[in-house]
Amino acid sequence: MTEPVLSLQDACLSLEGNAGPVDILHSITLEVPRGQAVGLVGPSGSGKSSLLMLMGGLERATRGRVFALGRDLTTMDEDALARLRRDHFGVVFQSFHLIPTMTALENVATPLELAGRRDAFDRAMAELEQVGLAHRAGHYPTQLSGGEQQRVALARASAPRPDILLADEPTGNLDATNGTAIIDLLFGLRDRHGATLVLVTHAEELAARCDRVIRLRDGRIADPEARRAAR
Amino acid sequence: MSLRIAARLARRELRGGLRGFRILLACLALGVAAIAAIGSIRGGIETGLKREGATLLGGDAEMHFTYRFATNEERAWMAGRAERISEVVDFRSMAVVEGDGRSERALTRVKAVDDAWPLVGTVSLIPAMPVAQALAGRDGLPGAVMERALIDRLGLSLGDRFRLGTQDFVLMAALAREPDAAADGFGLGPRTIVATPALAGSGLLAPGTLFDTKYRLVLPPRTDLAALAREAKATFETRGVRWRDARDGAPGVTQFVRRLSAFLILVGLSGLAVGGIGVSAAVRAHIDAKTDVIATLRTLGADRATIFRTYLIQVGALSLLGVVIGLVLGGSVPLLLGPLLKERLPVPAAFGLYPGPLLEAALYGLLTAFIFTLWPLARTEEVRAATLFRDALGAARLLPAPRHLLAVAAGLALLVGSAAWFSGAPRLTLWTAAGIIGVLAMLALASLAIRALARGAALAARGRPALRWALAAIAGPREGTTSVVLSLGLGLSVLAAVGQIDGNLRNALTGNLPKIAPSYFFVDIQQDQIDRFRARLEADPAVRQVQTAPMLRGVVTRINGRPAREVAGNHWVVTGDRGVTYAAEMPPRTRLTAGRWWPKGYDGPPQVSFAAEEAAEIGLKLGDSITVNILGRDITATVTSFREVDFTTAGIGFVLTMNPAAIAGAPHSFIATVHVEESAEAPILRDLARMFPNITAIRVRDAIERVSELLEGLAAATSWAAGASLLSGFLVLVGAAAAGTGNRTAEAAILRTLGASRRRILSSFALRAALLGAAAGAVALAAGIAGGWAVTTRILDTQYSVIWPSAVGIIAGGALATLLAGLAFAWRPLSTRPARVLRARD
Repeated sequence: MTEPVLSLQDACLSLEGNAGPVDILHSITLEVPRGQAVGLVGPSGSGKSSLLMLMGGLERATRGRVFALGRDLTTMDEDALARLRRDHFGVVFQSFHLIPTMTALENVATPLELAGRRDAFDRAMAELEQVGLAHRAGHYPTQLSGGEQQRVALARASAPRPDILLADEPTGNLDATNGTAIIDLLFGLRDRHGATLVLVTHAEELAARCDRVIRLRDGRIADPEARRAAR
Repeated sequence: MSLRIAARLARRELRGGLRGFRILLACLALGVAAIAAIGSIRGGIETGLKREGATLLGGDAEMHFTYRFATNEERAWMAGRAERISEVVDFRSMAVVEGDGRSERALTRVKAVDDAWPLVGTVSLIPAMPVAQALAGRDGLPGAVMERALIDRLGLSLGDRFRLGTQDFVLMAALAREPDAAADGFGLGPRTIVATPALAGSGLLAPGTLFDTKYRLVLPPRTDLAALAREAKATFETRGVRWRDARDGAPGVTQFVRRLSAFLILVGLSGLAVGGIGVSAAVRAHIDAKTDVIATLRTLGADRATIFRTYLIQVGALSLLGVVIGLVLGGSVPLLLGPLLKERLPVPAAFGLYPGPLLEAALYGLLTAFIFTLWPLARTEEVRAATLFRDALGAARLLPAPRHLLAVAAGLALLVGSAAWFSGAPRLTLWTAAGIIGVLAMLALASLAIRALARGAALAARGRPALRWALAAIAGPREGTTSVVLSLGLGLSVLAAVGQIDGNLRNALTGNLPKIAPSYFFVDIQQDQIDRFRARLEADPAVRQVQTAPMLRGVVTRINGRPAREVAGNHWVVTGDRGVTYAAEMPPRTRLTAGRWWPKGYDGPPQVSFAAEEAAEIGLKLGDSITVNILGRDITATVTSFREVDFTTAGIGFVLTMNPAAIAGAPHSFIATVHVEESAEAPILRDLARMFPNITAIRVRDAIERVSELLEGLAAATSWAAGASLLSGFLVLVGAAAAGTGNRTAEAAILRTLGASRRRILSSFALRAALLGAAAGAVALAAGIAGGWAVTTRILDTQYSVIWPSAVGIIAGGALATLLAGLAFAWRPLSTRPARVLRARD
């Protein structure tokens, strides 16, 4: 068996709330092998997005260990985590999170610029072509439709050729047609670059397109089958 | 690498435009403009004074003698170096008009001149005529010219007669312009100019009378003034001769302008600090609004340094823009208002663009921006990628990282250090800086207390919804309570302190002083007149008290054999000529703090009793020796006692009192203070003037009035500078009100959905604004009273009492300002349809 690109060992997450600490995730243990597409499903508040954040080093586990590409995220500082994301992760959000003062092209080029790539803008343009938005390269986010914005976000996530693609309900803010187009693009990119995909979704049919589905309930992996498989 | 990317990201961020930065730009521009304008006006006046130095001085150089004319040896020294010389005698006297059953008298400053005057510049007379013709007089009487104010006061017309001492003069013209007036400095009484020979029979220039002689010199071209000044000082310093030259023709004016502008710039700096609060609030709001962008950049792999630099560059560029706008505004004020200012200024000015003051203002502006933006900018480092999923910034640390705190402290030290250096008044600068920091700390604590109080009061206000909503809003985190209290509070504190100091100074001058001060000062009472003078007054039942003392003038030249300036620096006792008296016995009500009075009939080596407070300031000890030059002769006396002298009662108070044998032989006159019923003042003055025509009477009420006028001008200038602080505070207030519009719109939408009327919501908005403003005003008043008390009692050494009209005005002004700002931004929340707002939030 190949070395897992993502591995969580007894990972817990608690956050400080107004009324004291709130336990978000309880003892999550799972491994994701390279190239696998994993769907995280569960009701609202079950901890899907939080688990995604733990995997991307966006959130720090309060207990347990989280490994990505063999590196222990729980021991790395914020800047080291940012560099790791820059070099190996692509993240897609439900609400796109494009930078409003940048054009579509500049948004896509930003992670490449941060990585010091000289060909950042050429690569960014190529990515925009991949998602069918080359003709909109000079437009600002407010001049794009929701579907177009998400396609730019997808191009931005895939431009640095990440090893791991994290997608947090990427179709949550889109209509059915646009949603389907985005998912096709997402899986297309993953297939083309051989990236590992972790996808948070409410939609069962979308989860069904993944190699594996992990169900969460109250911050725990709910499906005993999946829990065993996760190990 | 990171810097290049940061610059690129910052450039893209700047595309967002200036929205949200208008207050930042306005605050910085206003603060910098005020300081640049003050500095540029100072630059213009200093250049004017320098350029017109010779005209102001009345020659290339001047030698100034107290109480005497130059000796033959001194005249020979001047003649050997100057191409032309003019002698001017300056003294105070009474101008008297009698006849036709009327009798008018008024104090005047007499300038007696020779044929050569003025060596430089021109005299303007109305009607126009040569000065020589005017002073020649007519009908066998010498002529005189007078300032219009004096002509009016005496009710004179051209051709009328008046008397100085025992000499009659004919008024030939009104004096419209006296070229060397500024060099004469502050004086009591308007000017009269006569020819010196005409005073020969006046009895006014007898030995011992108080007069100054000034010899103006026109020097050969390319004379090295510095070298000549050194030679003159070396030759004449010990004779009490003072040297001035055209490099600084009116040193008193130069120093006054420098000090006043330094003070005004410090007031301007406090305005910049007020603006700094607005700058800080604007950057904080900007960073808050950019949280998603920052978190996105973090997700994409940007490290903290790149993000911090991105926003530092962005805010730096905007601050630079604000500073440049301020420099353009401040630099152009003197250019635009130049003609108007020139007309009103009593000294020449050359208004133009002066890089020095502009650079000084730019430095202050940039450092203020740095100090006030670094803290909110440091918050960018707190933004984590997870913020995209939940509000993680709310839990940010209270204080930024130590390196940022150190950088803020270094910026502050640099700002205070440069202000101290530029102002030339380090102590005043440090006190001002400490005051501003102290007030800011006090206001920060007060804002916490106000929020806590409002929270408690909101519970008690149940059943009164408008009031409860207002109090809850003040207690909450979104109303900008801290920002409003800090900015408006600091602006009002400056104004409150100015109001309290000004009011107390006026009280001291016009309230208590006239009650305890004498009615008249009499000077130039000759030795053969003093007994008759005293007898006349003591026999008058309307006279409550008469005090007389012999009066000489001298310059303290050495202390313990060393030059006095070297020992005492610029202490006022050694910087000019001082009154010196003598007394055989210790005068009644004198209290010695150390040492012993000389024995009766003592005629040994000279002894001196020195004013205790001034002695302590200079560092004198019993047994030290003091050399005083009186009428060109050095007298060295040993300090044998220190005594308390109270200068605040406007009575007779001498720093130096010697034993009679030391100085009584020198020509001298007497001075007197007289306390008399106000109704009897005029008859007594008339009688004394008839008995002793040479004696000069100075009405204390007139002197107080003259000083009050000067103070009024100073207070007006200070109020303008403090007004700039308040305007900055108001701008910050407007910024806070504008920033809160979104929250208030949402709040109004929800309240209207729940059934609240617009009137009720409006009254809640008005209440919160007025309450917050009044609270800020109250805190500012406390700070202003503390500052006013400190300055009044510690620096001005007078009694302090709260000036209530100013105090009430400050609180009302605070409430009104916030109310206006709040109501100006109430329209949108009240006019937007709730459905639109609520749908947008879904």
